[in-house]
Amino acid sequence: MNGADAGLVPFGPGQAEIASDGRVTIIGPRHGRRFARNLFGTPLDAAITLACAALLVWAAIPLLRWLVLDATVSGTTRDDCTGSGACWVFVRARFGQFMYGFYPQAERWRVDLAGALLVAVTASLAWPGLPGKRPLGLAALIVGPPLGVWLLHGGWSLRPVETREWGGLMLTVFLSVYGALLALPLGIVLALGRQSRLPVIRLIATIAIEFWRGVPIIAVLFLASLLLPLILPDGAGIDRLARAVIGLGLCIAAYMAEAVRGGLQALPPGQAEAAAALGLGYWRTTGLVILPQALRVSLPALTNEFIALVKNTSLVLIVSIFDLLGIAQAALADPAWVGKTWEAYAFAGVIYWLMCFGLSRWSLAVERRGRRGVRN
Amino acid sequence: MSLAAALRDRKVRDVIAQAAVAVSLVALLVYFVRNASQNMVKAGIASGFDFLWRQAGIDIPFQLTGYTSASSILGLLWVGIVNTLLVSAVAIVAATVLGFAIGVARLSRNAMLSGIAGAYVEFARNIPLLFFVLIWYFGVVASLPAPRASLALFGVAFLNNRGLTMPLPNATGGFVWALLVLAAGIVAQVALLAVSRRRQARTGHALPLGLTGTLLVVALPMLALTVAAFGTGWDIPVLRGFNYRGGFVLVPEFVALFAALSTYTAAFVAEIVRAGILAVPGGQIEAAKAIGLRPGQILRLVTIPQAMRVMVPPLTSQYLNVVKNSSFGAAIAYPDVVSLFMGSALNNTGQAIEIVAITLALYLAISLAVSASMNAYNARTALVTR
Repeated sequence: MNGADAGLVPFGPGQAEIASDGRVTIIGPRHGRRFARNLFGTPLDAAITLACAALLVWAAIPLLRWLVLDATVSGTTRDDCTGSGACWVFVRARFGQFMYGFYPQAERWRVDLAGALLVAVTASLAWPGLPGKRPLGLAALIVGPPLGVWLLHGGWSLRPVETREWGGLMLTVFLSVYGALLALPLGIVLALGRQSRLPVIRLIATIAIEFWRGVPIIAVLFLASLLLPLILPDGAGIDRLARAVIGLGLCIAAYMAEAVRGGLQALPPGQAEAAAALGLGYWRTTGLVILPQALRVSLPALTNEFIALVKNTSLVLIVSIFDLLGIAQAALADPAWVGKTWEAYAFAGVIYWLMCFGLSRWSLAVERRGRRGVRN
Repeated sequence: MSLAAALRDRKVRDVIAQAAVAVSLVALLVYFVRNASQNMVKAGIASGFDFLWRQAGIDIPFQLTGYTSASSILGLLWVGIVNTLLVSAVAIVAATVLGFAIGVARLSRNAMLSGIAGAYVEFARNIPLLFFVLIWYFGVVASLPAPRASLALFGVAFLNNRGLTMPLPNATGGFVWALLVLAAGIVAQVALLAVSRRRQARTGHALPLGLTGTLLVVALPMLALTVAAFGTGWDIPVLRGFNYRGGFVLVPEFVALFAALSTYTAAFVAEIVRAGILAVPGGQIEAAKAIGLRPGQILRLVTIPQAMRVMVPPLTSQYLNVVKNSSFGAAIAYPDVVSLFMGSALNNTGQAIEIVAITLALYLAISLAVSASMNAYNARTALVTR
């Protein structure tokens, strides 16, 4: 008899990682190999199995019928929704809005181009063992953000598109990417500040982190949209969307700072001591020795925070910016498509789920690869 | 010491660096405050906290504090605080129960059960909470039957698209007594526990604590509760025309927000529970078996205390998240602090800075209180390493 028979996998502490939002990542042996024995081993097991099967049949079959079997896919108007299942005609008719919001039809290629560039760069950076990653990453980091804003917002020979016309999935991705671009550097600085040996800097960083972690993101979005115009000099109007990015970025930065701090604390002190012995100063020790290792350790936690950011972008609905969920919600108000609540939510939900689930799987894969590479 | 030498001195440089950061931060703050006061003068916005005592003039569909639209804005804030804490407390309890069930189910050796639990966790934690809130509100609660066709719960409570109507007792004195009985029972049980420990140390035999616990903490309070419930008259809701009259109505916003918070948070609680149980080394359980403990004792004396040490800090921060996340109610106009105070009161008064400051201070106070108590708990239960 061992722990595994009791349904517990022996497992040392520290291998289960818990992020600030409670997301737990467990890397351990898989259980449930003895499939058949576990399903019908004892009368109790058999009863549980049958109850679960009944639950699945009760829930999954109507769901499958609604989603696929009885669903309507072809047609253009509400009158074409004749099946008893979902009416995907609604989503097809609104597809452009779900993706681009009210972005002008003729300019949507710019969004596509920006999206394609984003996918190409992230894919090649995530590609294990691709040469020339460092210059590519650096170039993307310097050129990418302004290029993206220029493509989407226009100006300089491109037709300007006001941010109030943006929406849908593109806005979700925009908020996530630019929120992270703001939050990650700020988070690193805050984490370093919190670990600093200088008391004033440590105090400032600690207060900032605890403040932004202690308040609800909705309140921060309100705060950003109300107070930013107020504290800037008169006439320096700040874009509504920029306010939302700043609000989200500040909040997530505090969470990311805690993730990075975890990585900093995981490093053995010998690393910094060795760097000091080589005569490196603070900045070179941090930049060349500490951060590269700490960031690698905190990558899973950082990914969790990024997932939290992707999920929290939906909150911009509160300040009347219509991202994917907001557009789905707004589409429900269309009298021509009244009652299509579940179709809109199902479509938006699946996209969110795919993005977040994909990210968490990617982070797990990176971590497994990292673990293989560790030599003791 | 020359100036150049002083600049190379580490202590001097530390002071300069800290002073530079502090001064630039203060300068930035001063700049913001100056802009704000100029902008406010220009826009004709008043400042100060006098507005808190002004009449609110806002109707709130759901409140427990005796607020009327003639009450002050401070009264409005109080309604928001009570509503925030109410929905958070109920959701925390539900999420904990649901989350423990799912977390334990996920560790079951029955692949079907653990598979379903795992699928739920992966489903729920990769979807925005706002999505849950909207689905529960516009999808589920809105499609509940109209009052005439309500779902009756035990014939006294009614669930329909206007919320959950519950019976209300006419007098609450009996319930206070029931609470007192419960408190007395808990005190007595704790005292018995101490007596039993001492007796076990002396004679090796423990008192039948399970039996006394059932009697003192469960049976007697239940009896008192039953007496209290039957001793008073009830205001049971009755269908009159198109809606129920009497009783107490939990508005649909409350029902939806509660359901969303508990179903979403349960997935995170489940993962914490699973991690906590997995973190107990298998050797501990083997050792407990080797010294002859029964499975129930192993669970109670070995697994749970060690799992709790891992679980409590993330659970606390999860509970804190529930309190913060209850602000998602603003999306469906549940009258919590954010939607009442940062929404309605701010629209009425325009005093953004004061209102934002009060709201943030409230949440910060809750967060700091909870994290202080968590640190105290951690210090008490931390593993002593030798």
